[in-house]
Amino acid sequence: MAFPLPRPQPPQLPHHLLRTVDCKQGAIRAVRFNADGNYILSCGGDKTLRLWSASRGTLLKTYSGHGYEVLDADGAFDNSHICSCSSDKTVILWDVASGLVSRKLRGHAGKVNCVRFNEEATVIVSGSIDGSVRCWDTRSRRPEPIQVLDEARDGVSSVKVSEYELLSGSVDGRVRRYDLRMGQLYTGHKNTSYKLDCCLSHKDTHVLSCSEDGYVYFWDLVEGSVSLKLPVGKATVQSLSFHPSEPRLLTAMEGSVKVWGAEPEDTVEDQGQQ
Amino acid sequence: MADSDTEDFVTYGTPLDPIEEDEPLKKPVPLHDQTVKDEKGRFKRFHGAFTGGFSAGYFNTVGSKEGWAPSTFVSSRQQKAGKVNSRPEDFMDDEDFSEHGIAPREITTTEDFTSGRQDTIRDKARALNSLVAPIPGDTVLEDLIAPARTSVGVEMLKKMGWKEGQGIGPRAKRKPRKQNVAEAGTRIYSCALPPNGSEESEEEEDEYTPENVTFAPKDVMPIDFTPKDDPHGLGYRGLDPHQALTGLPGMGHIDLFTLDSDRTSNLLGTGGPKHRRKGGISGEAFGVGALEDADADIYDRDALSNYDSVLGGEEPGDGLFGWTAPAQYNKKTKGSSRDASYLGKILEGFTLASQASEIKTIFPPPELPRNYRPVHYFRPVVDLASTSPMVAQVLMESKGHMPQQTQEKGRHQLDASQRRDLLGESSLTGPASVFDLLDNKDKERLEGIRRLAGVGASGAMTEERRAAVVAAGVAAAAAKASQSALSSLPQTPGSEEVLSAWRSPTADTSRSFRPFEKNPPKQARYDQYISKLKQGHKDALESSLDGSMTEWERGRERDEFVRAAMLYKPSSSSLSSRFTRAKHEDNEDMVEVAQEQEGDVNDKQSAVKMKMFGKLTRDTFEWHPDKLLCKRFNIPDPYPGSGLVGLPKVKKDKYSVFNFLTLTDSRPESGGPMGAQSQPDSSPLAGPPKRAEPGKKSRWDMSERAGQPKDALSEFLSEARSEASTSQQPASSQPAPAPSLTPEPPALSQLPPETQQLQEEEEESRPPMDLFKAIFASSSDEKSSSSSEDNSEEEDDEDGHRQMELQPPGPLNTGMDPSALPVPSSAAPEAKPPPEQPKLPAAPSKEQRQEEEEFGPKLPPPTSSWPQLPASSSVPQGDAHKKKCKEKHKSKKEAKKKHKKKHKKHKGKKEKKKEKKKKPIPEESDSTSDGSADSDSDADDLPGSISTEQLLTRLKSLRGKKYE
Repeated sequence: MAFPLPRPQPPQLPHHLLRTVDCKQGAIRAVRFNADGNYILSCGGDKTLRLWSASRGTLLKTYSGHGYEVLDADGAFDNSHICSCSSDKTVILWDVASGLVSRKLRGHAGKVNCVRFNEEATVIVSGSIDGSVRCWDTRSRRPEPIQVLDEARDGVSSVKVSEYELLSGSVDGRVRRYDLRMGQLYTGHKNTSYKLDCCLSHKDTHVLSCSEDGYVYFWDLVEGSVSLKLPVGKATVQSLSFHPSEPRLLTAMEGSVKVWGAEPEDTVEDQGQQ
Repeated sequence: MADSDTEDFVTYGTPLDPIEEDEPLKKPVPLHDQTVKDEKGRFKRFHGAFTGGFSAGYFNTVGSKEGWAPSTFVSSRQQKAGKVNSRPEDFMDDEDFSEHGIAPREITTTEDFTSGRQDTIRDKARALNSLVAPIPGDTVLEDLIAPARTSVGVEMLKKMGWKEGQGIGPRAKRKPRKQNVAEAGTRIYSCALPPNGSEESEEEEDEYTPENVTFAPKDVMPIDFTPKDDPHGLGYRGLDPHQALTGLPGMGHIDLFTLDSDRTSNLLGTGGPKHRRKGGISGEAFGVGALEDADADIYDRDALSNYDSVLGGEEPGDGLFGWTAPAQYNKKTKGSSRDASYLGKILEGFTLASQASEIKTIFPPPELPRNYRPVHYFRPVVDLASTSPMVAQVLMESKGHMPQQTQEKGRHQLDASQRRDLLGESSLTGPASVFDLLDNKDKERLEGIRRLAGVGASGAMTEERRAAVVAAGVAAAAAKASQSALSSLPQTPGSEEVLSAWRSPTADTSRSFRPFEKNPPKQARYDQYISKLKQGHKDALESSLDGSMTEWERGRERDEFVRAAMLYKPSSSSLSSRFTRAKHEDNEDMVEVAQEQEGDVNDKQSAVKMKMFGKLTRDTFEWHPDKLLCKRFNIPDPYPGSGLVGLPKVKKDKYSVFNFLTLTDSRPESGGPMGAQSQPDSSPLAGPPKRAEPGKKSRWDMSERAGQPKDALSEFLSEARSEASTSQQPASSQPAPAPSLTPEPPALSQLPPETQQLQEEEEESRPPMDLFKAIFASSSDEKSSSSSEDNSEEEDDEDGHRQMELQPPGPLNTGMDPSALPVPSSAAPEAKPPPEQPKLPAAPSKEQRQEEEEFGPKLPPPTSSWPQLPASSSVPQGDAHKKKCKEKHKSKKEAKKKHKKKHKKHKGKKEKKKEKKKKPIPEESDSTSDGSADSDSDADDLPGSISTEQLLTRLKSLRGKKYE
C-alpha cells in the first residue's frame, strides 16, 4: 500500500470480554495464540493440549500424549505442527491435522517450562527447570538436541526465539541472549522476584503481565506506568497471550480461557452460536 | 476478524461433549458377558411361552417371584365363583404385548392406509398360491367374492390420473425403437444379437409410436420372492387348469432366469405373445402330454436370445428385475432407459450419471522420419591390433568410433584412484594394500610360495605342491632364523633392518614419534640419525652421535637410537597414516572450566538497586552455536571452522586426592610372576635417560633421591662381585635365573617393580606394528623375529618395548642365542655417567612424570663421583653377561641394604622425608633392616593388592606429615 499510514492512534487495549471458553481440561497452564492468531492453544493440567478456534471458541482438536501437565505450547508458522512441553520432561512435536505425536523429545532432566519454535519451525527451543535450554532439530530424527545451552544457573522459565537470537529467562535472575550471528552470549541481569507470564502487546507499546490478584496489568513500555488494569477474575491469571497483530488478548484463569478484544463483537451472532 | 470468521462457518446443533481423555479406554466386552436384558433388567432368554422368544415369567420361572400360584377355586354363598373365561392374553407376558410380541397393543397402520402396492403383491401372491395350491382356484373364488377395497394411497393416485398397471412418474414420449437399436448397435462390441423372429412382433409394436402420445413409465414390479416351500423340483409348475383344458396361451419354454417372475408376469398379462406350446398341460415333469403333438419341443431348444449377449451393455427391460429380467425386456436398449422411464430402471444403490463419461482423446503416434528403417545396424568392430594405426584411426573416424573411444570410461569402470583424481582429492598416504605392510622378507617368502605353487600347478600334483610349499615355508623360516641370529651378532643389532625400514618409501619422519623429547640435544641427535637413515647412510648411527661423549655414553646412545628407530620405524607410521590421532586426550587431571566467568552477582545486584542498568548489569561472552543450529536458522556460522560448541572452556588442574594415590601406587611395586624372569635384564638398565631429572623437585622427589645412591653403589659392588664369580663359571651352564639366584625373597621382590612398570609402559606405548605382524606374518617368522628382538632388546629398559620380550622365558633366550647379547648395554647401568643427568626439568604436577621418575635404576646423585666408571663401561662381557647380571642383582640387593643403612646416616633431611612418608606404613618390617622394610612395604603396595583402607590411612598420614 502506497498510502501513508494514518495518524498514529492511541493504542487500543483489549478490555472487552469477548468470550469465555471453558476448556474442561483442568487448570490451564498456558494459553497461546498460534502464529496468525486465529487459533488458540490451551495447555491443560489434565495432560492434554487443545486447539480452539479463536473466533468462536469451539474445540477443534485435543492432543493427548503427555504424561503430565502440559506447561507450554507453540504453533509452527505454517500451522502444520505444534510443539508442547510438559512436566513429564518431554517435548512433543504434534502433527496438527492428525493429532498424532510426530516426535517425542526426551533429554531434559526436569520439567520443561517453555517451548518455542524458531521462525521456520526447524528448531524447537525448550527451556527446562534443569537449567538448560535445548535446541531440537525437527528435521532429522536425531534423538539428541542440536545444542544444549546450559549456562543458566537455575531453571529456565521462558525462552523466546527470534530470527537469529535465542532469549532465555532463568530463575537465576538473568536473561541470556544467544546471538547466533555474532556468536555471542549476552547476559543481562534482572531482579524479579516471581515470574508469571508476561508479553508485549501487538505493537510493542505495552507490557502485559499476569498477576496473582486476578488482574492483567498493562504497563506502558516506555513510561513504565500502569495504563490499564484489566480485571479478569478472582483467581490468579495463569497465563496470557497477545494476538500477533490485533488488539486481542487471551487470559487463562483456572479452567477457562478468556478472549478479550478492543471492541465488543457483535455478540448476537456469538451468543447464538454458543 | 471474528465477524468474518463467523460468517464463514455454519454450526449445526450443539457440539458433543468432548471425549474425556482421562477415562480409560473401554475394553471390549467379552462374548460371555454380552447379555441381553429386557426393560426390567431381566436376562432375556430364548424361550418363552408365546413369543417363542424371550423369557417368560419371572426369571425363567412362571408368574412371580413366588412362582406361579394356581388359582384357587373359592366359592361362597355371597360370592359365587363365576365362570372364568380366560383369554390367551391372560397367560401372556408383558413382552408379548409389546411391539414385537404376539399380541402387540400398539397403534398400527390399518389396511386402509397401507400402500396399495403391498396389497396387489399380496393378491398376486395369493393368486399364485392358488395356482400351486392343491385345489386350484379356490382362492380365486375368494378374490372374486372379497369386497373391492382400495387403500387411500391408491385412491389418491387414481385421482391424480394414475391407472393400475402403470408406473408412477411423469409421462414421457417414447422414442422410436429403431434409433435405439442403431444406437445400441454402436455400443455392442461382441457378437450382435441374433435376429429373433419371436421378438420381432414386439419390436414392431414398439416402433409404432405416435408423436403426440405420451406414455406412463412402466410399472415397477418388485421381484416377488415367493418362498419355495414345496417339495417339487426347481422350476416345477403344476398343471394350470386353464391351460390344460383350454389350450390357451400358456407358458413358453422354461426360462432359466425368469422362473417365478415369469409366472407373475404371465399372471399380470404383461407377457408378450410368445412362441408357445399348443398343448394344454405343460409341466416339465409330465413330458409330452397327450394333447401335445410337438415332439420336437421335448428337447427344449433354448434360444440364445434368452441370454444376455452383452455384458452389462444393455439394461434388461425396465430394470424391474435386475439382470434376471424376462427375455422380452432384454431387447430394450439404452436409449429407452435414458428417457422418462428412468425412474424404475436404476439398480438399487446406483444413480444415473448426470454427465456422460468423458471420451478419452487418443493422440496419433508421432510421425516417423521418412528415412527411418526399423532395423538396427551394428557397427563393425575395428580390430586395432591387426590394422595399422593410421588405418585404424581412419576406420574409427569413419564409423564414429573415435568419440566413443576418447570418451571417458563409465563411472563404474573407474577405480578408486581415478575417481579420486577426478574429484581432486589428495591421495591417501598410507600403503595401498595390506601387502605393503609386510616385510620384504615376508613378501619374498610369499612370492616364493606363489612361484612354487605355480610350479606345482603345472605339475598338476596337489600333494607334491603342498609338500613343496611346506618345505619352502620351513626353509624360509630356517633361513630367517639363522639370518636373524647372525644379524643380531653385530654391536648394533637390527641396524640394517632399521636402515631398510627407514629407507622404505612409506617412511614418514615428520610424523614419527619423538622418543627423546625431554632431552633436546639427544632428540636432535636422534633426528639427525633418522634423517640419515632415510637418506640411506650406512654409518648413520656413528655419524650422528656426539663425538664429545664418552665411549660408554655413545655406546649406550647408539643402542637406544637403534632400538628407538626399530620401535618407531616407519612401517608403523605408514599404518598410522590410516588412523588419526585422538582429538581429545583423556586427561583426568584436568577439569573443564568456562573460560570466562560471569561477573560478581553482588555487584550486579547493587547496580540494579542503584537503577544503573546497562553495562554494569550485563556480560558478554563468546558463544559458539552449533553448526547445525546455524544451518537451521539460516545464518552463517559465526565461527566457521571451530569445532567448539557453546562457551569456550579452559582446562584446569584438578586438585584431587587421586593425584596422591597414584603416586603411592606407582612407587612400590613388586614383581609379578614374570618379574623374576626379566628382572636381570631390565632392572640394571632401567631408564637412565628419563631418570635423572634434577630440575624436577617435587616433595616426593626427595625420598627418591635418597634411594638412588644406594642403588648405584650396590650395583657397583655387585657387579664387581659377579664379575669375579662369573669368570670362573662356564657361560653355557646357566642356572634358572630366579629361584637359584634369589636367596632372600625380600631382595628379589624389591626389583621387579621396575619391570612391571615397564610392562605397563609398554602397553601404552606399544606401536601397532606388532599387532599387524602378529596378524600377517606367519608364526615361525614371528617366533624368530621376536626372539631376535628379544635379544636385541633384552636389556632394553626405558621407553616402550614390546611386551613379548618379557614373556619369552629364560630358556628361549638361553637356548637360542646366548651369545647374541649386545655388549655395550651390559655395562650401562653401572656406568651411569653424571653427564646424563642434566635433563629437562619437568613439570612436577604431571603424574606421568612422577611415575617415570619412580622406576629405573636409581642414579647416583650428581655430586657423587665414580672413579671406576670408565673401567666398567668398557668391559665387554659377552656370554657371561646375563648370568652376571642376575648375580649382580642379587648381590646388588644385598649391597643395597647395607648401603641404605649407611646412607641413612649420611643423609639428613632428605632421608627423613622419606622416612616420614614411610613411617605410617606398618612397622612390622622391623625384622629386617630399614632398607628392606622399605622394600617390604613396597611389595605390599602392589596396585592390585592395595586396599582402600590402606590407601586412606596412608593418605591421611601423608596429610598429617605435610602439615607438621
